Amino acid sequence: MGGFGRSGSRRSRPKLTERLRRASRFIGRSRHLQLLALLAALVVFGLQADEYLLDIGVLVGIYSILGLGLSIVIGQAGLLDLGYIAFYAIGAYWTALLSTYFGVPFWLLLPSAAALAAVFGVLLGYPTLRLRGDYLAIVTLGFGEIIRITLNNWRQLTNGPMGIMGIGHPRLALPGLGAFDFGLNVQAYYFLILVLDVVAVFVVARLARSRVGLAWKAIREDELAAGAMGVNVRRAKLLAFALGAAFAGAAGSFFAGRVGFVSPESFTFVESVLVVCIVVIGGSASIAGVILGAVVFIGLPELLREVARFRMLAFGLGMVVLMLTRPQGLLGQEWMGEPEKSRTEPEPEPALVPDL
Amino acid sequence: MEGWGAVYLQQVVNGLTIGSVYALIALGYTMVYGVLEMINFAHGDVFMVGSFVGLLVLALLAPSSSAAAGGGLLLVLGAVFLGAMASCGSLGVTIERVAYRPLRASSRLGPLISALGVSLFIQNAVMLLVGARPKAFPQLIPKQLYHVGGAVFTNVQVIILLASLLLMLALDQFVRRTRWGRAMRAVAQDAEAAGFMGVEVNSVVTLTFLLGSILAAGAGIMVGLYYGIVDFFMGYVAGLKAFTAAVLGGIGNLRGAMLGGLLLGLAESFGAGFVGAHWRDVIAFGVLITVLVLRPGGLLGEHLPEKV
Repeated sequence: MGGFGRSGSRRSRPKLTERLRRASRFIGRSRHLQLLALLAALVVFGLQADEYLLDIGVLVGIYSILGLGLSIVIGQAGLLDLGYIAFYAIGAYWTALLSTYFGVPFWLLLPSAAALAAVFGVLLGYPTLRLRGDYLAIVTLGFGEIIRITLNNWRQLTNGPMGIMGIGHPRLALPGLGAFDFGLNVQAYYFLILVLDVVAVFVVARLARSRVGLAWKAIREDELAAGAMGVNVRRAKLLAFALGAAFAGAAGSFFAGRVGFVSPESFTFVESVLVVCIVVIGGSASIAGVILGAVVFIGLPELLREVARFRMLAFGLGMVVLMLTRPQGLLGQEWMGEPEKSRTEPEPEPALVPDL
Repeated sequence: MEGWGAVYLQQVVNGLTIGSVYALIALGYTMVYGVLEMINFAHGDVFMVGSFVGLLVLALLAPSSSAAAGGGLLLVLGAVFLGAMASCGSLGVTIERVAYRPLRASSRLGPLISALGVSLFIQNAVMLLVGARPKAFPQLIPKQLYHVGGAVFTNVQVIILLASLLLMLALDQFVRRTRWGRAMRAVAQDAEAAGFMGVEVNSVVTLTFLLGSILAAGAGIMVGLYYGIVDFFMGYVAGLKAFTAAVLGGIGNLRGAMLGGLLLGLAESFGAGFVGAHWRDVIAFGVLITVLVLRPGGLLGEHLPEKV
């Protein structure tokens, strides 16, 4: 309170509200302070909330990472991926298998799951480079199904529909304090996913402003023109696939470590659609939009259990209504570019100049 | 047992049966793609609705159908097909009018997302209405088995194959010979120019959705009769495979879709026979990816450079 001295003590009441207002305006003006305030709120939530709320928080955190990763692919590069959950599955199963067969610690599996998913992202991306938007959507959808069915059918390796149990939880060796086992401690997972989310937000924000981010934007708006201007379309697209997949791989690895159990039914097409919804409805190129989408799509239905049956019905309706009314998403600035000019307004007729 | 020959023949018969159903659904995808250049993601769900409307009509007719066997059977079948086709036709037209038409001039992904939303909506609406459990589809046609060269097939398979071929032939002739068919082909070639020439583009689009949905409804009934079981999620996989068939034949190409459907049915049937039935879907999607990568134009499609 002190620091501003005398005037404060004389008319303390109006001064306090005024100061608060000024402070909030100050925070409101600076983006960094906004983020810091949000982060502080999330930390306080993590310290105060009960296990049920924290569990929902963890879920929202996982889907935020998935959404952020897919926002690179859909929002930044404009490539519609309908099999995105496959990379999540790859990360989760990689973690599950190496943990249960060889006892590899979680901290090695998390980054390697991201790397493996990125490799698969390139494997999927490479042959599909030439495909147009809607073909790409179908191929990625098929890819997602192939991965899921393979996990389901390859019983010797994945135990089929029964899934894999007993995946090692993360442990943290604290110097001088001994090892801390995450076990089933929801709060610990909450803070871990919070850290991962902060990293993810940071990476996505930096990417959007980077050279490659500009390249993605150019490709999204007009691939041919981007290529003509010297953008390496091939490399930029592959990078978008790889990075997007890496996010999902890391999220999958976290999921496996958190739950301790994976099975193919966690990775169905509906999950892919859910992530697409999160990205598109929030605003595909907007980080805040993606987070908002995750909160709306994951958090709300968990809290409103009674209406959970109607969730997908409402999502479907919501997607249509949103496309009709606000195609750029709730918080999006602009979406997949302007409507094609040639279709809406024809080129102006050239003035008739007499040929002399 | 006549050995391998019989096994091959059996797979051919099974493959052609399911392939002809894929072809019927694929026609809806390919017509819409030809005219609007969009993937109608909700098409598979229209097919699913067709099955359920058929079931509903059957339930309504149930008392009379059991009484009137024989001659009444054709009447009941006719009512089931007509009911399903009429409702799916109007459903398809409504979907286009409400969810796609306002977005026609917008970005590429807009209609796709909207279609995905429609698909989710229909699936979940049906699930909430009839429940998530699969429903038994009454076996209207008394089953007869035929043994030919070691292979076994039923009269239902023969009926499905013949009815599908009939519907496909009808569509093919409609598009090739009638005034409306010519209008469809014109719009598919160049919608703007067709409009300048006096073709009512919007009516043609409506007609396209109507025809596609009618065929899907027919396919829905046939699948119900063939497998004897229907559920709210059946449109997803069937739709995906039908789309694969459309792509395989060359999307936008009617005869391609028919060929693609039959080929995909055969590929699946042989794959399932030799690798294992639970890999059936992997084979279908594998075919899809391979075709798109190696020959994006499909078997009968011409390779067009992307319009700028």
